[in-house]
Amino acid sequence: MSTLTWLGAGEIAAAIKAKKTSAMEVVEAHLLRIAQKDGAVGAFLARADETARAEAQGIDARLARGEDPGPLAGVPIAVKDVMHVHGLPTTCGSRILKGFAPPYEATVVTRLKNAGAIVLGKLNMDEFAMGSSNENSAYGVVRNPWDETRVPGGSSGGSAAAVASGFAAMALGSDTGGSIRQPAAFCGVVGLKPTYGRVSRYGLVAFASSLDQIGPVTRSCSDAALALSVIAGPDEHDATSSHRATDDYRAAVSLSTPGLRIGVPRDFLKEGVDGSVMAEFEKTIGALEADGARIVDVALPHARHAIATYYLVATAEASSNLARFDGVRYGLRADSTASRATLKDMYGETRDAGFGAEVKRRIILGTFVLSSGYYDAYYLRAQKVRTLIRRDFEAAFASCDLIATPTTPSPAFKLGEKTANPLEMYLADVFTVPANLAGIPGISVPCGFANGLPVGLQFVGPAFAETTLLRAGSAVERLMGVAGRRPPL
Amino acid sequence: MAEIEDKLLTHIATLARLSLSEAETRWLAHDLGDILKYAESLKDIELEGVPPMSHATEGERFRPDEARHELTREQALQNAPDQEAGLFRVPQVIGG
Repeated sequence: MSTLTWLGAGEIAAAIKAKKTSAMEVVEAHLLRIAQKDGAVGAFLARADETARAEAQGIDARLARGEDPGPLAGVPIAVKDVMHVHGLPTTCGSRILKGFAPPYEATVVTRLKNAGAIVLGKLNMDEFAMGSSNENSAYGVVRNPWDETRVPGGSSGGSAAAVASGFAAMALGSDTGGSIRQPAAFCGVVGLKPTYGRVSRYGLVAFASSLDQIGPVTRSCSDAALALSVIAGPDEHDATSSHRATDDYRAAVSLSTPGLRIGVPRDFLKEGVDGSVMAEFEKTIGALEADGARIVDVALPHARHAIATYYLVATAEASSNLARFDGVRYGLRADSTASRATLKDMYGETRDAGFGAEVKRRIILGTFVLSSGYYDAYYLRAQKVRTLIRRDFEAAFASCDLIATPTTPSPAFKLGEKTANPLEMYLADVFTVPANLAGIPGISVPCGFANGLPVGLQFVGPAFAETTLLRAGSAVERLMGVAGRRPPL
Repeated sequence: MAEIEDKLLTHIATLARLSLSEAETRWLAHDLGDILKYAESLKDIELEGVPPMSHATEGERFRPDEARHELTREQALQNAPDQEAGLFRVPQVIGG
């Protein structure tokens, strides 16, 4: 097994620039690993082997000419199949977009390429990013590299599994209610959801526009910082992207713990968390305290309403966003042979044939909460509770720099374990959803293992406090010694 | 509103332009009933004077409203299921 597939993104770029290896060698090593192991994982939906080789050749040629290809020179990356990449289809894990060829590229992808990164392919996901297990993909499940009978989490299941398996040094995911952080926790990698607006959403197929954020999945906090330093910042194609100056994310990972005030919302953690997860969480909090962090009690009294609030707000937005999939401009059109079929029939049949069960469930719920007679009781009420959830965080951050919780209430569950009960599946996101509602950043870092399965710890911070999250996350890496452990795949 | 009746669900499906089968209507009505029952917990929260939150931005910045050619007609049509003379073709719109 090549060691090149286990180098971090920063290490790869440095080694290539120092001519210790070449971009071509790095790409070949990753393509070989994917060819050997992805049959068991199922992370990739589309591969770009030939363009990746051509890009690698280009990077090596630029280096030979004495040019600097950028901070990600020759770093192999992969992209969740909900973002557009030139030359590759975007399916969103859905039948309705099978074969869709995007006419433009996501800003994040272009920025990573311009920094020297090489795209290896597109990654499996829950259909339209709706799910917590990757079992909602129309193109097959993804298996957890730590235990192939278990889910990798979702919706960015392919992203987390690919990075954990050594298929790519870095992947892009999207996070609407935990879809980067939850699979990162399940697969033992780092997942960062930036502040809403920190990273452009241009070229990301929308699920819930007020909650969606793009972020990196990596094997270390320093690589997450490196990725963020490339993708963060304003974009004229996304009016919601923030014009606030970006920070020095890469410097943040070497700052020390002392002086950091970490809030723990004890009331919120009282119920529903596996003992094994809680034990790893407490051990980590103890280690941070011994290292000089100050642990303070905080209250998030409305956080327990976050799941209900989220499923009313997110589905409302989704029902509106997914109206564009109607068989007219792109994607599937149901083959209605009835000669008297009208446009309306075609819409209904196309959408029934093209969408999977979970997507239909959410479109129906979202349409219901927005419909006449129910809007005030459900959607408007949820929007008000959203305000209270955000205010809870604002109040809590008066006494702490960030808040720590387990990322998920349990380690990775078995394939099929929660598919029969949507509500139970939704509760897998209980700790990640509040940050999306509040628009604040969150990071999941591996902090321990429970029965051989990775356990993730989540930090959330005030808006635009990504540096604080990266600083605390790298402290966990240093103190707990579980970062970089490789799955038995 | 913990129970969703099939009739209401059929109405919602029409609004959402989803031609559901009878079986789908049944399980969706069941699941939605469950989810809405779970959401009942929001009814006990005191919300007097609390403003709704629709987004988490600090305020959007719009670029000047100027016409630009971002996509060519060919690009816009490249994924169309059916097209004719540079236009999207659809089934009969009126009547039927």
